[in-house]
Formats: sequence, C-alpha cells, structure tokens
Amino acid sequence: MSDPEMHDQSTSATAQGDAMHTDTKSFIVQGLSGLRNAVFPIVAVYFATRSTGSYAIILAICAGVAIIGIGGFKAYLHWRKFTYQVNPEDIRVESGILSRSARSVPLERIQDVSLEQSLVPRLFGLVAVKFETGSGGGDDIALLYLSEAEGERLRELVRDHKDGASNAGEGDAGGTAGGDASAQLAPSEDQSTVLFAMDNRRLFTFGLFEFSLAVFAVLAGLAQYAEWFVDFEIWDVDLWRGLAEEQQGWLGGLSQVGQIVGTLLGLIALFVVGSATGLARTYMRDWDFKLEKTPRGFRRRRGLLTKTDVVMPAHRVQAIKIGTGLLRNRFGWRSLNFVSLAQDSGSANHTVAPFAQDAELAPVIQAAGFRPPDETLDWHRASKLYRTDSIILGGAFFVIAAIPVALFAPAGMVFIPIALAAIMAFANYYAWRFHRHAIDHTQIFASRGLFAPRTQIASRIKLHSVGLSQGPIAQRRGYATVCLGLAGGTFLIPGVPIERARQLRQQVIESIASTDFSQINH
Amino acid sequence: MEEKQKNIAARPSDGLDAADDGALTKLHINYKKALRVQATIIALPFVIAALIVEEAEILPKGLVVIPIALLALAAIIRLPGRRHFARGFAMSTDRLRVVRGILFHSDTIVPFGRVQHIDVDQGPLERFYGIATLTLHTAGTQNSSVNLPGLEHALAMDMREEIRSHIKRESI
Repeated sequence: MSDPEMHDQSTSATAQGDAMHTDTKSFIVQGLSGLRNAVFPIVAVYFATRSTGSYAIILAICAGVAIIGIGGFKAYLHWRKFTYQVNPEDIRVESGILSRSARSVPLERIQDVSLEQSLVPRLFGLVAVKFETGSGGGDDIALLYLSEAEGERLRELVRDHKDGASNAGEGDAGGTAGGDASAQLAPSEDQSTVLFAMDNRRLFTFGLFEFSLAVFAVLAGLAQYAEWFVDFEIWDVDLWRGLAEEQQGWLGGLSQVGQIVGTLLGLIALFVVGSATGLARTYMRDWDFKLEKTPRGFRRRRGLLTKTDVVMPAHRVQAIKIGTGLLRNRFGWRSLNFVSLAQDSGSANHTVAPFAQDAELAPVIQAAGFRPPDETLDWHRASKLYRTDSIILGGAFFVIAAIPVALFAPAGMVFIPIALAAIMAFANYYAWRFHRHAIDHTQIFASRGLFAPRTQIASRIKLHSVGLSQGPIAQRRGYATVCLGLAGGTFLIPGVPIERARQLRQQVIESIASTDFSQINH
Repeated sequence: MEEKQKNIAARPSDGLDAADDGALTKLHINYKKALRVQATIIALPFVIAALIVEEAEILPKGLVVIPIALLALAAIIRLPGRRHFARGFAMSTDRLRVVRGILFHSDTIVPFGRVQHIDVDQGPLERFYGIATLTLHTAGTQNSSVNLPGLEHALAMDMREEIRSHIKRESI
C-alpha cells in the first residue's frame, strides 16, 4: 500500500459524516470491465462488414471506441453521482444520474460486512464492500470499489458499533477515527482460533469429488457461437457424416483390440477432463479455505482469483445443514452449511466446511452453539403409512408410463418402466429407515436420504412459527408435514404421525413463545 | 443458552393449551356470503362461455353447458359453506392458531413474540360485508405471512391491537 493512499485514508476517516466518493481507481476498473463488454460487438461488427473490404477493421475500431467511450462516460457519471456517508448511526448512499435515490441503513440492522476482491480490482488494491441487512436480498448496500484499508475501516466501524451496543460501558467505540485499520484488526486476529482449514491435499481430494462434465456444455455453447462467425455449420449433417465415415473407415481398419483400446482411451479422456474441471473449479472457489472463530463471530476466507472474506456473528446462525454426495458419503465426507438471515453470494446458506469428516465438523457445530446429532437422541421415524404411500406413489408414475410403452413400443420394452417402478418402490421402502427426526431441550433434528443423507438442525427458540399441513392422502392416512418457520431457509419434516406431529408442535411452540424475537437476535 | 433453558422450564407446561388443540373460533358468517359472491364472479365467465359454445351448436346439445352449470352451482352453493366450516382460529394470551383448507389442510401457530408486523386489509367485497383479513408477518421463510380472512372488522382491529401491545410488552 502506498503512502499517499494511507494519508488519504486517514483524512477521510476523521471527516466522518461527510459524503464520500468511492475510490478514484474504481472508475478505471469499471472502465476495464466496459472494455470486456466491447470485445464481442467489435468482433461482431468486424465479421458482419468483412465483405466490404478494408473498411471492416476501421468500422470495428470505431464501434469499439464508441462503446468504450459511452460506457466510460456513463461509468464516470455514476461514479460522480455516487456518494456514501458514514454517520454514527447509519450508512447512507446517494446515487443516480437522472433519478436520484437515497438509502439509509441503520448500523444495528447490518448483519454482515463482506469484502470481496475479484481479479482486476485486486490488481489495483481495491475491494468491493457489501453491507448485508438480511432483508431477503436486494436491499443491501454495495460500495463498488474502495481501497483495502477503507474497506477494513468500514468493517471495523460496524463491528465496533455492535460492540458498543452490546457492552454499553465501553467508551472506546469511536476509536476507529485513528484510521489505522490494520492496527485495529490485529488484536481480533490474536484471539481467533482456526476451526477448519483445507490444505492442498484436501483441496485436491475435494476437487476429484467435484467431477463435472459442465465443460462440454460450455464447449457446445461456444461451438454455436463459432457457427455465427465462421462458415462452419455445426448442424450440417453431411459434414458430420463425412467425418464419421472417415473415422469409421479408420476404426474399422483397426483390430478389435484396437477398437476397445480406443474406447477406453476416450473414457479416460472424459474422466481426465471431468476431474480437471472439478479441480479447477474447486481450486478457484475454495483456495486457502479458512474458517476462524473470532470474538466477533465466524470469519471465512477463501478464493484464488476472487477472494472473499465473510464475517457472521455466531448468534445469527439460525440452523445448520449437513449434506453429502452419493459417492463422497462412502468415504465419510460431509459438508456443513449455516442457515442465516444474511446472503452468501445469492444463497442463504453459508458454507463453512465444504468437505470434512464428522470429527472435524463437530467442533464447528459446537462453536455455533449447536449439538451434533448422535444415536443417543430419541429418534422417531416417519409413519409406516407414509412409507406405504410413498412406495405406491413412487412406483405409480412408472407403472402409468408403462401403459403407452406396452401399447406402442416393441414387445420387450415394457419391462424397462416396470423395472424402474420396482426400483423406485424399493428405494422408497429402504429410504424410510433413514427418514427420521428427533427433538431435545434446545434443538430439533431431521434427517433423510438413502444414498446421500442430509441432516438439518434448528434451534428451537430461533423458529418463528409452526404449522402442520396435510394433503388429501395425508388427511385420510393420519400423518402430516411439520412446517417450521425458519428465517433464511425451509425446514419441513414430512410423514410424521399426526399425534407425534401435534406433540412436536406443542414442544416447539413452548420454546418459541418463551422468548421474544428481540432477545434472540440482539 | 442456559438462561433460556431455565426460562422454558419455569413456564407451567400445560400440556393441553386451549390454543393448540382445543376448540376453534368460527369465522364471521358474512365470510361465507363473501365467498359465495366471489365464486359467482369467478364462475360467471365460464357459464357465459359455455352458453356461447352451446349457441354455436358445434357439440351435441347440453354436453358443455350441463357439466359447467353443475360445477358452477356446486362452487356457488356447496363450496363456500364447506370452506367456511374448514376454517377457524384460536387466540390465546401469547399465540394465534390459524386452521384452513379442505383438500390441503393446514394448521399453523404463530407466537406473538415472533410477529414482525401486522396488516388488516379490506377488499371492496369485504368492506361491503364489514369483514377484514388479518395478516401476521414473521421473519421465517416458511409461513412468512399468515392470513386470517373473514373476521369482523372491529374484531380484526382489536386483535391487531392486542397482538401489538403484546409485542411491545415483550420487547421492553
């Protein structure tokens, strides 16, 4: 960090309450992203006017300059008209060129302050600072690009405000005016303990399990764009037939062993590409993954090119979710998510341990004030009638599908849907054993899933309502779905016998009614 | 956490709270009338369309108009009564229970301590019949707003005041 910037930083810090612009360099970053937008039209213009000869390149450049110019001017106006103001009680943002809008977010309402650095801003030492209020998306403030120090300062400011609110005796809440953000951060880092981190080896294993063939979909999409520009008709049957015939001739020339080897090589290539995609995606997202417990809550840092740094107070965790995958479950790998009011890049769940063993999850779960599920709990299964009904319903779909198949398809084909129906029915029968729930003094547990069991744990007093819902079948068969009103997520327990469901509701309602909302979130 | 635990234990655990499993308060009788008018308004275009099809004489006589008319009559005469009968509510000192639905039955309890804000709405039809809809909003994603239609307007206002005063008392 250069000296003039630090100076700039400290002056802005003392002048609290003044309207401030975002960092000047953010204008350059916005312009650069405008450049990225301009590439495609330039190429399009070039190819569209290619036939007119040497003018094509000039036209393309003109179009590019125009787009960058207009975009840059717009970015400049936006930057000029966008001001933010940090007051002792709230943060205000004014923006808009023609229509002006002003927003004020009280500091108490801010759930999270997240700092995000994608590649280009990172080169300029800038961060995107986002204030999340937990108002169900959309309503938060994003300050697109402040200097790193300013970002840290704002975060400390919000944190200190919260601290000041909780321990009213502490008169040092205004200490941020000193302006040295790194010095502020140091003590809190001393007290933090690492709860979960992923080293390179773990990341590699995780990447292998994230096997994905999405790259082929992307390639297919690109091929369609390519078709636009070059005279290569991807859907031209003759072209492909020609190619295939060439290949067939070549393949046919090989011995049978050769053909098998060829197929194997193809499969290996597919596996390598899929694994590489998974690895690349995992490394990008979860590089240097670190979850810490700090006095101010959980702090998660991750990312290779886009670094994110999220802090969420422990008491804001509404519920936790433990998930797994079909294959990774065999090796005991689980993922852990926190359900909270604040958003984490579009999803309401915060991934706090994407790939861990049970023994590693337990301390994280305990740190959030929850108790990991175990066999000593009083587990209850779903109603047996629910099992019967789900077997029938699961199978019925394929049995109905078998009717047209029996009528119109070749003779043997009918066994396929029948077999599927049998598989579905058996899967439902077997899955029932894993479909269970439990309740203890402070929490409610629900778990389901045959191959990839998912478990959800909610704190009883943090729920907002309890409902029982019954469809036409459930009413006659005497079971119900327990719907728990959870902030930031859904929590449904289907197929609970009606007597047990009433009992559950009674217990949960007693917990909820004993504590007011204002006491659980502050 | 321990503190809250004691709090729960200190409460008398009256297993059969009237608001949770006991008798429900029926909605105002005008709600049935309002539902009937609503059903008539919805059914009318279908009946008219059926009559037009009948006039065009494309299909055999009565094939369209008779089933449509029967359905419309069922929706106007029979259904409002059943819907009215299936709905109900129970309010106790600290919670509201709302029950609804014939085919898809639901039975929800909202503790007042979790209510974020309260609406009392009246549509034109509801105004004519002097009834109102009370809506409780919670912070939960599930049941984020619980509707209770068919209350006498004055009762809805009273309920709102009572719930509001309860929220205020608990927050202090």
